[in-house]
Amino acid sequence: MADQIEWVALSIFVFFFALVTVMGFFAARWKSGPVSAHLDEWGLGGRQFGTWITWFLVGGDFYTAYTVIAVPALVYAVGAYGFFALPYTIIVYPFVFAVMPLLWKTAHANGHVTAADVVHGTYNSRGLELAVAITGMVATMPYIALQLIGMGVVIKAMGLSGELPIIAAFIVLALYTYSSGLRAPALIAFVKDIMIYIVVLVAVVIVPAKLGGYAAVFAAANDAFAAKGGATGLILKPSQMLPYATLALGSALAAFMYPHTLTGIFASKSADTIRKNAILLPAYTLLLGLIALLGYMAYAANIKVSTPNDVVPMLFKTLFPSWFAGFAFSAIAIGALVPAAVMSIGAANLFTRNVWKSYVDPTISHAGEAAVAKIASLVVKLGALAFTLFLPVQYALDLQLLGGLWILQTFPALVFGLFTRWFRAEGLLLGWAAGILWGSWTAWSNGLKPLATIDLGGVSYSFYVGLGALILNVVVAVIATVIVAIVAPSQTASARS
Amino acid sequence: MWVLLLLPFVGLLWVPFYNFPEPMLLGFPFFYWYQLAWVPITSLLIWLAYRRRTPDEAPQISQKLERSKAP
Repeated sequence: MADQIEWVALSIFVFFFALVTVMGFFAARWKSGPVSAHLDEWGLGGRQFGTWITWFLVGGDFYTAYTVIAVPALVYAVGAYGFFALPYTIIVYPFVFAVMPLLWKTAHANGHVTAADVVHGTYNSRGLELAVAITGMVATMPYIALQLIGMGVVIKAMGLSGELPIIAAFIVLALYTYSSGLRAPALIAFVKDIMIYIVVLVAVVIVPAKLGGYAAVFAAANDAFAAKGGATGLILKPSQMLPYATLALGSALAAFMYPHTLTGIFASKSADTIRKNAILLPAYTLLLGLIALLGYMAYAANIKVSTPNDVVPMLFKTLFPSWFAGFAFSAIAIGALVPAAVMSIGAANLFTRNVWKSYVDPTISHAGEAAVAKIASLVVKLGALAFTLFLPVQYALDLQLLGGLWILQTFPALVFGLFTRWFRAEGLLLGWAAGILWGSWTAWSNGLKPLATIDLGGVSYSFYVGLGALILNVVVAVIATVIVAIVAPSQTASARS
Repeated sequence: MWVLLLLPFVGLLWVPFYNFPEPMLLGFPFFYWYQLAWVPITSLLIWLAYRRRTPDEAPQISQKLERSKAP
């Protein structure tokens, strides 16, 4: 990376950053509502977002800035295996279409703001509610930290060093999230997503044209992998197929268990809004698939990087004029703000509704809830900032990986209740604990790799540890429910409140 | 209708079905264009399921009532 400051790129970057900052503060007045009077207003934008706003908001916070950096980096490093993000972000939508409208209806009918609210409403169990709430908050923190790391990568590419730019960007983000709530990222998402679409569409047309077409891009990557050897290549090794499919499935099931994606679901106007979005959101997946190919284009452009995360910034700096690189970097940095804001709001909603209201102040007013959530969002963001500044980057990556495994363990508690009331809270809680303990232990003992290996008849199979933990979770939940149903046959006798 | 929603899972999770470089399309190996093709196909399948689902919102229910009144 060049160390001198890229003034043209930096000026463009500062311009767009200032633009979205103004928009962030202005957002409090957008689709006017009393932001501080009710958590529905601050934390869910008034539950009124229609098809297009939801499309930009969910697209903006599901496909994060970190994705734009990390997916091409993984594809650059290992090839086909890095593409699991593509099947993952396709199969997630049939699931969203089938399940999320039901979840929305339950939440809407009962005024639920968080996943843990829904779980408490269904099972009347404070224990299960707390398990879901804490899992959500813990899984979200490293995810926010990753957004900061993504922002740091592009700031570094413009020649700025030190931590001050990140701290400044984050204070700005924290302040307008505090004052405007979910309306801020929803409004900024429009700018961010349009910028990202422009950047990617230009890149996928111009870059191959400069490098001799897609055939040349793939050929260059193929040669590089042939020289590199190991578990890399343009198609998967036989041993990578099961990990590829299980990672895609597990990630797809986990994706809409996160507080930030669920916040987008709960904030929408109707169940139909969500169904239409399941049809329209795959447009972002097409974009993601094209972004992933930037990893191969780096080989065709003969780019050498010290760490794979620098692949995308280096590619833009090498192939484009400074002003367009600046535009692209702004898109990525603003792309970090939207998910970071929604994540902190989702975590703040959980804290307010399922920790503060449940354990500290059960009689809290609507305005009181909004006030607690605003403070909580600041604390969450400061925590993520401290995380990025004081801990090695690898910790955030490892924890985010574990976070995906953990959040997936809330799936049975949140989703099964929409279809059947057979499960008991005790069973689901035990299943959750079993999944989290086994999954964390397995990932930990494999050196924090997301894969577990089992031997069946002398052949060893590797698969995504989160999916294995989910299967264990469900098995334990079923067995425990059967036992509880025998010991305490009536529903009311077993309900803990 | 639910079968439509399961097709992308079958098409994408059974990896041996598409883990090949050939045939190429516009310079893309099969592995890549096959998976990219599932994006519009999945949108289409969900749209078909959306059109065929039983309506749950008030305006559509009233339409149904009107239809049932017709001879």
